[in-house]
This record gives sequence, structure tokens and C-alpha cells, in this order.
Amino acid sequence: MDRITAGEGQRQPSAVEQGRVRYRRTQNRRSVLISVGSTLVFAVLVWLALTASPGWEQVRASFFDPQVAWESLPTVLVGLWTNIQVLAIAVVGVAVLGSLLAIARTLRGPLFTPVRILAGAYTDIFRGVPLLLVLYLVGFGIPGLDIFGRMPAQFWGAIALVLCYSAYVAEVLRAGIEAVHPSQRLAARSLGLGYAKTLRLVVMPQAVRKVTPALMNDFVSMQKDVGLISVLGAVDAIRSAQILVASSYNFTPYVVAGVLFILLSLPMIRLTDWYSARARRREQIGGTV
Amino acid sequence: MTANEPVLRVEGVVKWYGEQPVLDGIDLDVARHEVVVLIGASGSGKSTLLKTVNLLERVDDGQIFLAGDDITDPRVNADRVRARIGVVFQHYNLFPHMSVLDNVTLAGRHVLGWSRPRAEARGRELLERIGLGDRAAEYPDRLSGGQQQRVAIARALATEPELLLLDEITSALDPQLVGEVLDLVGELKAAGSTILMATHEMSFARRVADRVVFLQNGRLVEQGTPEQIFDAPQHEETRRFLARLG
Ligand SMILES: Nc1ncnc2c1ncn2[C@@H]1O[C@H](COP(=O)(O)OP(=O)(O)OP(=O)(O)O)[C@@H](O)[C@H]1O
Ligand SMILES: [Mg+2]
Repeated sequence: MDRITAGEGQRQPSAVEQGRVRYRRTQNRRSVLISVGSTLVFAVLVWLALTASPGWEQVRASFFDPQVAWESLPTVLVGLWTNIQVLAIAVVGVAVLGSLLAIARTLRGPLFTPVRILAGAYTDIFRGVPLLLVLYLVGFGIPGLDIFGRMPAQFWGAIALVLCYSAYVAEVLRAGIEAVHPSQRLAARSLGLGYAKTLRLVVMPQAVRKVTPALMNDFVSMQKDVGLISVLGAVDAIRSAQILVASSYNFTPYVVAGVLFILLSLPMIRLTDWYSARARRREQIGGTV
Repeated sequence: MTANEPVLRVEGVVKWYGEQPVLDGIDLDVARHEVVVLIGASGSGKSTLLKTVNLLERVDDGQIFLAGDDITDPRVNADRVRARIGVVFQHYNLFPHMSVLDNVTLAGRHVLGWSRPRAEARGRELLERIGLGDRAAEYPDRLSGGQQQRVAIARALATEPELLLLDEITSALDPQLVGEVLDLVGELKAAGSTILMATHEMSFARRVADRVVFLQNGRLVEQGTPEQIFDAPQHEETRRFLARLG
């Protein structure tokens, strides 16, 4: 765009170009109208089906009560803050453990065979076990060992999240590491960088950029799975909503919690799009061998 | 190191890939400030020789000395040796996630342990020298192929290497970009760099080389001044290779 600013005022497109521009404009306008129209029709149909259903009045009263929603908001928000704190800690843990596992799986040579196998077994196991189960085992099992003293439920929740998500993230990172062209390693090594520095300064940054969308997807899914720590009794958004529901017999607080979780994830989703588009432009060169 | 000791001495180097000898007893010296050009058909072992010198490939026999130090000794620290040698490949292999300046300062900061100001001063000086002083903050994908290859050369020079290895650094470039890269090599020679390079650009080899080395099937067939090799080759194989090029 910035390239054709000079003299843009005077530029007089030919009749052919004007015709093309006119045609494209009408085409665009038509597409927009069609999509807006079909969305509206669909929304109206869903609305009609919902409100015409026999139980609608009851559902609306117990799930979408504005009064209850407004009153429950502060409590659920406080709970959500707990989720955010656990999430922040777990993300750091996942970044560290996930990277270590990924690197362990890419080590070559017979010396590292045991490390490689252990890391492989770990990722296989923790990608297979349901998070809920890990939460129970970690949250109720490990405290029973009585070696860590008394830790809050949030702590065990964070541990369980780290254990599970590290396995996913390790696999994603490993794919990224393997996607960095060998010539990049070669270039780094021939500058005199050692194995670890090559990994840290050249391979990992590129690997992470290559898999940023996948990593961010994992992050978004972690953002909602952090709500599962409520099963350990941590008073988070969901648990707070549950308490409110139990005392008022109205389910609206759950909907409030749901909406808050969606709002929490939206910035991250937008950021993912923006960031990966930018990274893609940069990655288009290099390693063409 | 004594004054007349070669920067690089290759003695009886042998390299096998499987059943096939790729380097079959190579002996070669490169003196200080000398530019030695390797020529030979595709597959003759030029790249392999350069890789063994940079310890990217392990030799199967023979020895390589860098300024008198046996670098094929398994006890040497390969990373230290590589830091003393600058390498530029056919494909520029710049680090795409770093600015041009960071590409050039990486080795200084993380291999030689220079402070950031010192590495950047050196980096900017080099970028100035290759005519890209104003592009320091740019990412490599914003540069042309020729500019990228010049940055790759600057990156290789950043640690003030004793020896520069260039492996067909122009063969991935559009013809009109070849000149600017070769001109830079000419300037390096004028500034006294010691260079061992492989190339298919015979006219350039003639212009810049102090000595031309012809390899065939992993053997050093013939070496001499550009005039000797290009105008009066002694060996039948050399004559045939040059005749094929036309
Ligand atoms: N990693 C490898 N594994 C097996 N064989 C290899 C390997 N690298 C090179 N070779 C073989 O070694 C021989 C020499 O290769 P080399 O790359 O040194 O040739 P070159 O002279 O650089 O050729 P070109 O002019 O095409 O670059 C070739 O026959 C090649 O097939
Ligand atoms: Mg080659």
C-alpha cells in the first residue's frame, strides 16, 4: 500500500480497470449481503425453535436470569482470578518441562538412548491419561504420602496440569525442532556455537515460531481445563459458581462462568492469529537447501 | 606459529562414504594471505574437503593442521576450532529469526564472549564494509539473495577467523547478483584474508586465485597458478575438465 502513495491523487485508471473495480465492488457487496442475510435467518430460526419449545420459559429463568447473573458476577470473577493464577504458574511449568522432554526426545546417539526412551514413555502415558484422573491421583494421592506438608488444592491442580500438558507441548515442540532445517544447525555449529547454545539460540526460537499456532491452541485448551481444578476443592470460577447454584437453585452462575472463560480465551486466540501470520512472513527464507 | 608456517595444512586426508572414497589422500597447504581455489567436477570432493577442515565431517585418515595445531586430534575442542574458521555455504543459511546485526554479532557474543557493545561495534563495521550498514535492523527476508550472501560473509568474518572457507557461495544466486558477492571476496583478498574456496566460476578463479587446485574423484590431480592451470594444464584429466567447461 505504502508503495503507491506517490501521485495517487492524479492516477487515472483505464476504462478496463475501472470496469474491473466496479465489478469487484458489486460482487463484494453481494457476498456481504448474502452472508449477513443467511446469518440473520439462521439466528431467527434458532431463536424461534428455542422460544417455541415447551420448556423455554423455565430454562430461561434458571439459566439466563440477568438479575442472578449480575449478582453472581463478583464472586465468579474472584474465582476466575484463582484460575488465572494457577494457569500462569502452570504455563511456566509446562514451558520448562515440555521443552526438556522435547529436547530429550531429539537427542541422538546411543549414550542418550535411555533418556530418549524415558521421555518417550512419559509423553505416551500422559497424553493417554485423562486429565481428570491425573487430577485425582495427584490431588488426593500425593498429599497422602505426607512428604510435602499441606499444600492448597490449587498447588496440586497446577502440578496435574503441568504433568499432562507438558506431554502435549513436548510433542508439538519436537515437531518444531525437527522442522528446523539441518543447515541452520550446521551454520550455527560452524560459527563455533556448541550443542547447547545452538539449541538455545538458533534451533529452539525457530522451532517455537514454527509451532506457535499449535502451542497457542494448547494454551487455549489449558485455559479452560484449568477449571477442572475445582474437583479438588479449589475455589475457582466453576467452584464459586457451583456454590452459588447450590444456594440459589439457579444455574445462571454456570453460564456466567462459561462466558468469562470464553472472554478469557478470546485475546489469546486473536493474538495467535496475529503472531503466527507475522512469524510466517519471517520464516519464508532460510534453510532452502 | 612461525612466519612461514601455513595457516592450513592438509596431510593425506582420507574420507569414505560407505564403500566409496570421497577424499583419497589429499595433501594441501594454504599459506597466510593466500587465496586457494578448488575446482573440479560435481562430486569430486570439494565440499567434503571444506567440511573436514571445519570439522563438520570426521576424517577417516590423515591429519589437518590449523596454524600448526592438529585439529583432527579427538582431544581438541571442535567448537573452538570452528570459531577460528569462518565458513560460508552455497545457501546463505542466515538465521531468519534474528536481525541482520544479530546474525553478525551472534558468534562474537556467544562464542568469544564479547560484550554486546563490542560485538555490535564490530558487526556494524563489517556491515558498513559490505555496504549494508543501513540494513542492520532488518530481518534477512527483506534482503536480496546477494545481500543475504554478503551478510553471511560478514557473519563468518565477525570473529576475525584465521581462515575463511567459501563453498560455492554464488551458485544459488541470480547471475546479476553474482558480481557483488565476488567483488566482496576480491576485497577480502586485498585486505589480506586467507581463503580456501570451491567455485564453478572459472573466470573468477582466474582473477582472484593465488593458486588453483584441481580435484577429481577425491584426488588432488594438479595445482598451480591460474595461468598454469587454465592456460597450460599438465594433466590430461585437467585438460578434459576445462575443455568440457568450454
Ligand atoms: N553425506 C554424504 N553421504 C554419502 N555420500 C556423500 C555425502 N556427501 C557427499 N557424498 C558424496 O561424496 C562425493 C563428493 O561430494 P562433494 O559434495 O564433496 O562434491 P563437490 O565436489 O562439492 O560437488 P559439487 O560441485 O556438486 O558441490 C559425491 O560423490 C557425493 O555423492
Ligand atoms: Mg559442493
